[in-house]
Amino acid sequence: MAAPLTLLLIVAVTIRAVLFRSSWAELISERVEVVSPLNAWKRVVEGLALLDLGVSPYSGDVFHETPFMIYLFHFVVDYAEIVFMIADGITAVALYLSIQTYNKNVFRKQKYALESDRYPADCLELLRSPKEMFYIPLKVAMFYLLNPFTILSCVAKSTCGLNNAIIALFILCTLKGSALLSGILLALATYQSIYPLTLFAPALLFFLQRLYIPVNLRRSSFWFFTLQYAFIYVGSLVVITGLSFFLLGSWDFIPSVYGFIFSVPDLTPNIGLFWYFFAEMFEHFRLFFICVFQINVFFYTIPLSIKLKEHPVFLIFMQIAIISIFKSYPTVGDVALYMAFLPAWSHLYRFLRNIFLVSCVLLACSALFPVLWHLWIYAGSANSNFYYAITLLFNFGQILLVSDYFYAYLRREHHLTHGLYLKKKDGTEATLVLK
Amino acid sequence: LDSRLPLVIFLHALTPAAARDEFQEELVIRPLHSGDIYASFQFRTLWDTDFLQEGQKVSHYRLFPKSLGQVLSKFSVRELHISFSQGFWRTMQWGQPFIPSPPGAELWVWFHDTVSDVDGNWKELTNVLSGIFCASLNFIDLTNTVQPSASFKPLGLGNATDHRFLRYATLPREIVCTENLTPWKKLLPCGSKAGLAVLMKSEKLFHSSFHSQAVHIRPICQDEQCSSKAWELRQTLNVVFDLHTSGQGKKEWSLFKMFSRTLTEACPLASSSKVYVDITDNPELFELSPATPLLGQAVVLGDRRTYSVYDLSRAETFGQLRSFNLLLRDMLRPLLHAERYVAGFGLQTGEIHTVIYNNHPYRAFPVLLMDSVPWYLQLYIHTLTVTSKSRDNKPSYIHYQPAKDRHRPHLLEMLIQLPPHSMTEVTVQFERALLKWTEYTPDPNHGFYVGSSVVSALVPSMVAMRTNFTQDQPLFSSFVPVKEESSYFVRVYTEPLLVNLPTPDFSMPYNVICLTCTVVAVGYGSFYNLLTRTFQVDEPSPPLSKRLANLIRRIRGVPLLT
Repeated sequence: MAAPLTLLLIVAVTIRAVLFRSSWAELISERVEVVSPLNAWKRVVEGLALLDLGVSPYSGDVFHETPFMIYLFHFVVDYAEIVFMIADGITAVALYLSIQTYNKNVFRKQKYALESDRYPADCLELLRSPKEMFYIPLKVAMFYLLNPFTILSCVAKSTCGLNNAIIALFILCTLKGSALLSGILLALATYQSIYPLTLFAPALLFFLQRLYIPVNLRRSSFWFFTLQYAFIYVGSLVVITGLSFFLLGSWDFIPSVYGFIFSVPDLTPNIGLFWYFFAEMFEHFRLFFICVFQINVFFYTIPLSIKLKEHPVFLIFMQIAIISIFKSYPTVGDVALYMAFLPAWSHLYRFLRNIFLVSCVLLACSALFPVLWHLWIYAGSANSNFYYAITLLFNFGQILLVSDYFYAYLRREHHLTHGLYLKKKDGTEATLVLK
Repeated sequence: LDSRLPLVIFLHALTPAAARDEFQEELVIRPLHSGDIYASFQFRTLWDTDFLQEGQKVSHYRLFPKSLGQVLSKFSVRELHISFSQGFWRTMQWGQPFIPSPPGAELWVWFHDTVSDVDGNWKELTNVLSGIFCASLNFIDLTNTVQPSASFKPLGLGNATDHRFLRYATLPREIVCTENLTPWKKLLPCGSKAGLAVLMKSEKLFHSSFHSQAVHIRPICQDEQCSSKAWELRQTLNVVFDLHTSGQGKKEWSLFKMFSRTLTEACPLASSSKVYVDITDNPELFELSPATPLLGQAVVLGDRRTYSVYDLSRAETFGQLRSFNLLLRDMLRPLLHAERYVAGFGLQTGEIHTVIYNNHPYRAFPVLLMDSVPWYLQLYIHTLTVTSKSRDNKPSYIHYQPAKDRHRPHLLEMLIQLPPHSMTEVTVQFERALLKWTEYTPDPNHGFYVGSSVVSALVPSMVAMRTNFTQDQPLFSSFVPVKEESSYFVRVYTEPLLVNLPTPDFSMPYNVICLTCTVVAVGYGSFYNLLTRTFQVDEPSPPLSKRLANLIRRIRGVPLLT
């Protein structure tokens, strides 16, 4: 499978190189859907220019990247395009290898379950075959590399691509079973933007499952491993933060980066829900709603972990999706990351209820974003409500997509334990509802 | 060929000797004291012929327009003066015009004394002229025609002064427009294709304070003894361009700015083609380029005036580019001045351009530029460029303090060395922020103001100054302390800027809160359902009678129905 993957990488690099050299590159790097105040390339260049002038990049409100980015781009700013293409490549290869590992795990578990006769007789058609699963890793890599959102994000040189690479590497290390590397990478991802903190739970659950430690709060083995993993994670986080302090000699970056992410002072329009909400917010409710919206991102972790404790990889997908939808400054690069996982759940297709509607909504909104932006900002014939409406619709479509896949996943699990063709008490065909 | 030769000789003998005609064109430009500029075109055709000779019909026209020649013959006109003017000549502001004319249309004609029915000829003449000039001169009739006894004596030859042969009429209501200019231009030998007439574009000519076009036909003497007579046709066009309407408020005029065309060649049919510029009030008033060595003097309206002459029949007038564009520039030039404007389009990004002019002919001096830009226009200092004379000019000192949102504005201070006699442009890009709805002024679409930039400099002085403090100096010269003898401190403020920011819809706070919370609630609701409920087979609920029966049975303690 190395050859098709290499071919895919070559095609992806070619497309990005062609776009980098065309006049579209500058147009794309200005688009608010692709870049946000957190990850715009223009702001990285501005921060480096401020550093050259002798002014701390965090003294103004234009630069919100972590000192790690300053350190990295101080050396490679002339080769920025290559860096972003390599990051995309790393993400694709990491996702490829992790989905390959995951598929192997899934197939092995299925085999054991079949041998121990745990599946009802009529749900054999739900079982997955190696033939069907053979091309899934390649499809995942393709879904990431050839997704127009990813290409736009790479051509705009949005640092979202680098964050995605770190998260993809984290997923790979988790699935390969290396707790140390996984903890370090998760700390790096959290350091970059705080929201990957919620991925701690699925990673922990995966390791517990892998090491056959039951998830029981009364068992000491559970706490032993949890504390080990938490120690690795928190320790790496502290070390990385400390190193950042020594880079510039001050703690200025903490309010500039993390304070900025949490308090949302900049109301530049983007594809998320925060900007217009806080542009129209009554002043005395502002703090309350900031807290509500930020808690909204984090608080699905515990319930989802409880429900999906046997399926940590699907939980990772759900968490990444929730972060992308509800974070304070989302961009299409974040959307592209969780969309890359969709081929891994292609066996759920028969249980999806709204997939046609959702894909139409997402396609239409992606096309309408630039149109209504132009009408508002350049033509002056529309106002901000038009763009806001499309934002609402886009997020609504994403929520429907994610909850649809969740529904399908749970339903398949239910069928695998209770049988595919269910009958009512009087023997007629039954319908399955959530009660 | 041999057989046709006698025919050619025969035809040549029949035609009379070709009449001699001559065409001259000239343009006089006179800058006026109010900042406006006066341009006067005159096209003169001189023809040795006699329209009024009995029995001989003039049929071979060359430079003289045939339509006018036929009019002269048919109606036995001795002198014809017709003018169309738009606007009123303001004598107090502009002085005297070369060719005066009243607003509207004016026509006065001296008929030959052989005419028996002057009124009939007058009526037909007005109708024919109305067709030639596309004007409604047919409204001239006996009700608005007079025969002045003393005012309009003949301007050309003519000893008969019986005012019964003079008719004078004006139509003050007549409007002049392109339809009148086009037939007037067609009467010229070169039309509007070559010579000075190419400058006559109606978009610019009619966008003026005063516009007047006229045709004057009269017989004149060829020499002092008046042994031979000739017919003179003068077509004149006077136009005054307004400083503010056409000049954009700047006392800087050029042929291109006035007429949106430049001259490329003289009319080939003209024996002389000249441009005169009135330089009597120079060198205080304006600076003329290209320079010309030719000077002329003339006594006009009782005043001796000096003119710079440009001869268009000489090829070197047009220079290398084969194009002649006269330039008159105001002499007032301060040594240091600055302008500022916003470039770009749309409500997302923009560029601030600050232009600093150093008008000293040979000295360069440094200036300190200070810019304070509010926080909601986010400056990108890596896009800062300083160019002088289209070359990069790096400032020797930059102090930049970036803005903090809602706390402090940007501060940019730079020390720039200005080369002599140059223009320096400082550009920096910015992005416009979306503010909270309470942070907008009550009229948000008016825009937000950005304060002036401050340019501070020590400008080299032409005059040595005293540095010691004396009591008897007037107040206006003692404001700024003088530290050096050879330079004085000056502070120049640029224009403030007015920048539009994108606005949210101010009527929507409640709606936005509801809609966004609805979308978040949809997410919450879907996840809540999937997390707290399990899949169950949908058993239909039993009908009401059965449920009631079961209820009673439960109370009685008896087994229930299925």
